[in-house]
Amino acid sequence: MFAYLAKRVIQAIAVMFVISLIAFAIQGNLGDPLRELVGQSVSEEVRQQLRDELGLNDSFVTQYLRFAGNALQGDLGTSYFFKEPALDVILKKLPATLELVFGATLIIIGFSVPLGVYTAIKPDTIISRIIMGLSIVGISIPVFLTAILMIFVFSVEYGWLPSYGRGDTVHVWGYWETNFATADGWTHIILPSFALASIMLPLFVRLIRAEMMEVLQSEYVKYAKAKGIKPWRIYFVHALKNTLLPVITVGGVQIGTMVAYTILTETVFQWPGMGFMFLEAVNRVDTPLIVAYLIVVGFIFVVTNTVVDLIYGLVNPTVNIARMGA
Amino acid sequence: MSLLSVRDLTVKFAMRDQTVTALNGISFDLAKGERLGIVGESGAGKSITGFSLMNLLSRPGYIDSGKIEFEGEDVVKMSDKRLRDLRGNRMAMIFQDPMVTLNPVLTIGQQMIETLMAHRKLSREEARQIAIVKLREVYIPSPEERLEQYPHELSGGMRQRIIIAIALLLDPQLIIADEPTTALDVTIQADIMELLLELCQSNQVGLILITHDLGVVSQMTERTLVMYAGRIIEQGRTREIINDPQHPYTQGLINALPQQTVPGQRLKQIPGNMPGLASIPTGCAFHPRCKYATDLCRSQIPEVVQYGDLKVACHEVQRLQADEDRQEVRA
Repeated sequence: MFAYLAKRVIQAIAVMFVISLIAFAIQGNLGDPLRELVGQSVSEEVRQQLRDELGLNDSFVTQYLRFAGNALQGDLGTSYFFKEPALDVILKKLPATLELVFGATLIIIGFSVPLGVYTAIKPDTIISRIIMGLSIVGISIPVFLTAILMIFVFSVEYGWLPSYGRGDTVHVWGYWETNFATADGWTHIILPSFALASIMLPLFVRLIRAEMMEVLQSEYVKYAKAKGIKPWRIYFVHALKNTLLPVITVGGVQIGTMVAYTILTETVFQWPGMGFMFLEAVNRVDTPLIVAYLIVVGFIFVVTNTVVDLIYGLVNPTVNIARMGA
Repeated sequence: MSLLSVRDLTVKFAMRDQTVTALNGISFDLAKGERLGIVGESGAGKSITGFSLMNLLSRPGYIDSGKIEFEGEDVVKMSDKRLRDLRGNRMAMIFQDPMVTLNPVLTIGQQMIETLMAHRKLSREEARQIAIVKLREVYIPSPEERLEQYPHELSGGMRQRIIIAIALLLDPQLIIADEPTTALDVTIQADIMELLLELCQSNQVGLILITHDLGVVSQMTERTLVMYAGRIIEQGRTREIINDPQHPYTQGLINALPQQTVPGQRLKQIPGNMPGLASIPTGCAFHPRCKYATDLCRSQIPEVVQYGDLKVACHEVQRLQADEDRQEVRA
């Protein structure tokens, strides 16, 4: 177990190193930081002096090492716009984004498993064909278009759900504000969650359907039938568990991808999370914030993937975590 | 009264561009506690016969016509619920490859207990006790621990023993074993067969053993069916079939056994291959490979005739026998 964990952690560190390198390389190419800091009214001499003080004339390696050293101590630079540590700015926006991703994940799990299983068991029914057709539509329409359509239908036409913002949030531990504690918070998170889920959900329905159909052809499912086991038990105990093993792996990667997709969703719904913040930071050329965002998202990606691999080991009896990596 | 009576069973496969016939008018009987072998090359329809008996054909295969009477009830006409009640309970099946038969994510215990609980009103603990008893019967050491293990933790021979134990769980009247040792090591094959024979004899269970191994058939069974291209071409007492086969195909099978050949010589194999289902020859399906074939064989499907103790489907069987007698007289 320990050897496996250690191996995973070393891999994660290597990935983070590469991400930080890329993020840092971007930093040097996004315009002159001095222009953002001091404007145009400062003379060239003062600019040079400031450059030296800020270490901008040092070699790339020296600058990167300084950046990495600071980053390890939790200092990802200071946002030009907010005049606050970039990490603090992001962490303040993080709960909103994570709750949105969480909401979308719930929707995906809640709908993809029953829909995927149903379309695999009864592939020829009209309902299955409709589901499969809609899933193609869902995959094909970009998130921002789905989001705008949803706002048009549910907010503008019918006025059932609010179209922007988080609504009433409640403070829980420290800076974490949650949507899930008030009715108003719930109504605000429904549309953005569905919009965010709109691409992944059809993908998962199709994935679960394909895996399930393959498993249903297997010898052990035939054998279960030959033992006289009831169909629901064959579907949900014998087949589903084998179906979900590969789905878990893909799912982990997709949760990470969803964090990235929040940029679009949050922008359309004016959701005050990291994605929305990132787009604003790009508009303002707030380089430290952009870099910090890339690193935080990369970190989330690495952590979810590692956790998913561990879960996979726990669910799949043929993977022995205790012995792996030894 | 016989335990199982199959009459004119015809199974078809609906392929994309045509419908092919996999079993063509199969008829045979099985008495209670009797052991029957089904032999033939790959593609003869042995496994399809086995699956049909449980009405377990999966698409695109289906039973087109015929009757399968088991304990007086037609399996072909049974409702899904009756079929579930039959399968695993009164009629059990042992699959070919133990490495893929057991579900990899469920423990041995779960897979045994669910079978018991699907057919009888038992508590989990009662079911567990029965499972332990049955595992002992198939000589599995420390059965309590095995129940907690997953299939991948056990060897192939061990898994096939467990599958035999599952087949015996509900004391069925009939076990269908579809090449139960083909996927196993040669050294373990004999053990498994011996175990199966012992358990069938001591529990008075009928056995249908599907195999291509004539040696196994001669040790295990009382009667044998020989299949070719979806038809039974010869059936009768195993001893007669092995010692005095009448159909040229059965003779070819027996002659092809390595024991029939002097070491160093080429094996006397039957020339040619089993035809595909879509291209079964006219007349007797075996005629392109048969050295006795006549024009009659090429045009007309032979009727099954009683010949001595055997039932044979061959036009030439009487002439062949007469030739043989003449040769014996000369010698």
